[in-house]
Amino acid sequence: MPSLLFCGPKMAACGMVISIWGVIMLAMLGIFFSAKSAVLIEDVPFTEEDIRNDPNPPQKIYSLYNQVGINCFIAAGIYVVVGAVSLCQVRLNKRQEYMVT
Amino acid sequence: MGSLLRGEEMCLAQLFLQSGSAYDCISELGELGLVEFRDLNPNVNAFQRKHVSEIKKCEEMERILGYLLREIKKANISVPERDMNPVAPSPKSILTIMEQLQRLEVELGEVTRNKEKLQKNLLELTEYTHMLRITRNFVQRSAEVFNLYEEFPFLEKDTRMDYSSMQRLGAKLGFISGLIQRAKIEAFERMLWRVCKGYTILSYAEVEEYLEDPDTGEPTKSVVFLISYWGDQIGQKVKKICDCYHCHLYPYPSSNNERNDVVEGLRTRIQDLYTVLHRTEDYLRQVLIRASESVYTWMVQVKKMKAIYYILNLCSFDVTNKCLIAEVWCPVNDIPELRRALEDGSRKSGATVPSFVNRIPTTDTPPTLIRTNKFTSGFQNIVDAYGVCSYREINPAPFTLITFPFLFAVMFGDLGHGVLMTLFAALMVLHENNRKLKNTRNEIWNTFFEGRYIILMMGLFSIYTGLIYNDCFSKSLNIFGSGWSVKAMFDANVWNDVTANTYLTLDPNTSRVFHGPYPLGIDPIWNLASNRLTFLNSFKMKMSVILGIIHMTFGVILSSYNHIYFRKKYNLYLVFLPQLLFLMCLFGYLVFMIVYKWLVFSVTDSSFAPSILIHFINMFLMQRDTGLQVFLVVIAVLSVPVLLLGKPVYLNWFKNGSRRHVGMYRVRIRNQQLVSPSSFLPLTYFFNFADELLHQAIHTIEFCLGCISNTASYLRLWALSLAHAQLSEVLWAMVMRVGLRMDTRLGVLFLVPVFGVFAVLTVSILLIMEGLSAFLHALRLHWVEFQNKFYGGTGVKFCPFAFSLLPSSLEHDGLL
Repeated sequence: MPSLLFCGPKMAACGMVISIWGVIMLAMLGIFFSAKSAVLIEDVPFTEEDIRNDPNPPQKIYSLYNQVGINCFIAAGIYVVVGAVSLCQVRLNKRQEYMVT
Repeated sequence: MGSLLRGEEMCLAQLFLQSGSAYDCISELGELGLVEFRDLNPNVNAFQRKHVSEIKKCEEMERILGYLLREIKKANISVPERDMNPVAPSPKSILTIMEQLQRLEVELGEVTRNKEKLQKNLLELTEYTHMLRITRNFVQRSAEVFNLYEEFPFLEKDTRMDYSSMQRLGAKLGFISGLIQRAKIEAFERMLWRVCKGYTILSYAEVEEYLEDPDTGEPTKSVVFLISYWGDQIGQKVKKICDCYHCHLYPYPSSNNERNDVVEGLRTRIQDLYTVLHRTEDYLRQVLIRASESVYTWMVQVKKMKAIYYILNLCSFDVTNKCLIAEVWCPVNDIPELRRALEDGSRKSGATVPSFVNRIPTTDTPPTLIRTNKFTSGFQNIVDAYGVCSYREINPAPFTLITFPFLFAVMFGDLGHGVLMTLFAALMVLHENNRKLKNTRNEIWNTFFEGRYIILMMGLFSIYTGLIYNDCFSKSLNIFGSGWSVKAMFDANVWNDVTANTYLTLDPNTSRVFHGPYPLGIDPIWNLASNRLTFLNSFKMKMSVILGIIHMTFGVILSSYNHIYFRKKYNLYLVFLPQLLFLMCLFGYLVFMIVYKWLVFSVTDSSFAPSILIHFINMFLMQRDTGLQVFLVVIAVLSVPVLLLGKPVYLNWFKNGSRRHVGMYRVRIRNQQLVSPSSFLPLTYFFNFADELLHQAIHTIEFCLGCISNTASYLRLWALSLAHAQLSEVLWAMVMRVGLRMDTRLGVLFLVPVFGVFAVLTVSILLIMEGLSAFLHALRLHWVEFQNKFYGGTGVKFCPFAFSLLPSSLEHDGLL
């Protein structure tokens, strides 16, 4: 079975750090988007007509908020996977280092 | 007395070391690292000192140890990393070590030379084998051809041939074969053709495997060639050309039988050589492994011995008492420990007369010793980088523990970045005992690691200022609920036509729009406001000025402690008081005006609030006749000549007027401590009025102009925090927003790499670059604006004689 190791120890550590940070930050962003925080209004992809032609304001904007929130949660989930892969790489690197010395 | 505040009290002591026990006593002192030795033979050349031969011996041993270590490293043997600390060896046991080292060096040299010879031999035999094998192919290829041309006998073997056949043939065929490096074969061929056109035939083939070049040790490709030539002179020319191109020539067998015999012989010889070579390498490895077990111990011992002999060279020999005298700087509190160390040393060497220590008075300024622990050492280092404290003056480091991270955080103020920095520092602090982290060679990493507590404090304070500025990755957090209400503007019917204007103004004068200030920090609604920067700029500028004036006043007050401690009361009245009055009357009043304007003027009369700047300028021009302002300006202006002339005039009067009191003054000094700060008013007191006046004039101008320029300099607190906030906002807007605004189906996957890019850019630009920038500016504020109010910084650092602090020359070569 070919070696599953494809990155060195430093790259794997970076991967771990970015994954943990990504999971925490994207999850919190997801929560804040779902809570419809006003500060994040610029990050929601609304257009002029979304505001003007809305029969039941502000539900259109709210649904956009929810959508972005869900996007954030999905990205957080992907980072969990990336984190798991990085963790495997870190363990494999440690094992290889242990075997050589 | 607080060592971190002022530094330890030091004294000069004389050590009387008996000749027999001098070595052991100094060894004890080296282990403890208590004292700093002074050089009592400064006029003596390094080669004329007493213990030069021993030091030469030590250096010889270090050379051999270096050679051993290099060989051990080449053979990839690991040196055991135990944390051992052997004591310095006695001069007798050094001989055994020296002998062992020399024996090892000789043995190693011999074995290495043998190995090289064997390898060279092996290479030749291998090349010969290749050559025979490959030329067999040439011959077999043209075997049919040779059958036809049998009348061309071999030149060397055929002595029986008569002239008639020679003349008939007109030529004799000769063969030269060998190996040449692949890179040279084309040039070789061309040269052969040019020199011996037509009279030679060159056939060559490449050897498949790499052969090791004996000179460089690199694997190179070689080519086997076979030259068949006609004629004797051609043969000479060919041989000369082969020499030029550094070919390895081997005799070409004339018949197949001969060839087979040679091949067999070669094969057995190669087998034998391999065995011998293996045994040699094994033996070499054994020798190195045996050496590696004790090489570390020997190195430490030799280093310590060399250090002790250096120190012995610094001492002077007292003929009357038959002992060595050494002068050391020692902290007063450590004198009992010093005595104990000398007793231990005397006991170990079995001397009958013990060595002892004697304190002597001195007028020299002692070096400064400030004891720090792992937390304070980082801060003390950054203070010392500017200048080491003069002896017994106030050390800025304990205040820097708090003010430095605070000023950094004012410029860095972001909650998210602060959290990241704290986590990074916390990781380093938790793993600070990990030996691998401590001993890396990477200079940059070492710098960060040494400052891990500084970074931790900076991170914690940044979290605090991030909360105050309400800034987390450029977004505000609404923890307590905003104090502003948008709905109230609609309720009051002020905003009735919303679509008509691009900008809507929240007017706090309208009822119920503004509930009250946000409990902690800046209100989150400012993040949505278009005039956010206008408000924040005003706030941050005033904050910077207030912080700056508080910091500088604190510096001036610290100078008063120095004046009191060094018993220069006149400085208190003639320097400290005018400085404080000048600073407070002008800039203290400015701070008062800022705070007054913040507190007194409310929303209703904010449009009538006076401008502080205009007021300040008018105060200087004396245009307002408010009594208070005129009074303050007069006091400030009057304090300048007092500062300028007071001290020189007073000292001049003191020197001239009280000559008759000088005798009493002398007596008074003798009754005080042996080394006291007031002895800096030396008994031979030479007072130069012009010198003093000039010095004081410079100081006055520096202080007064400095007050204004330094206050303005603190505005960098505002400038850097603005830069950091803007960079953070731009990074979010140009990177994260792109990922978040994706509303296509697969756009969500785009967010993953976008976040990765955001993370990398945050760390590299906002944490590292901005962090270093804010660090540098906070450091400058401390070094210049704070410390020039009170700090001398002309001291010398106390460097005790300690084995643990000595660098080893081998570490410099990267061998350890």
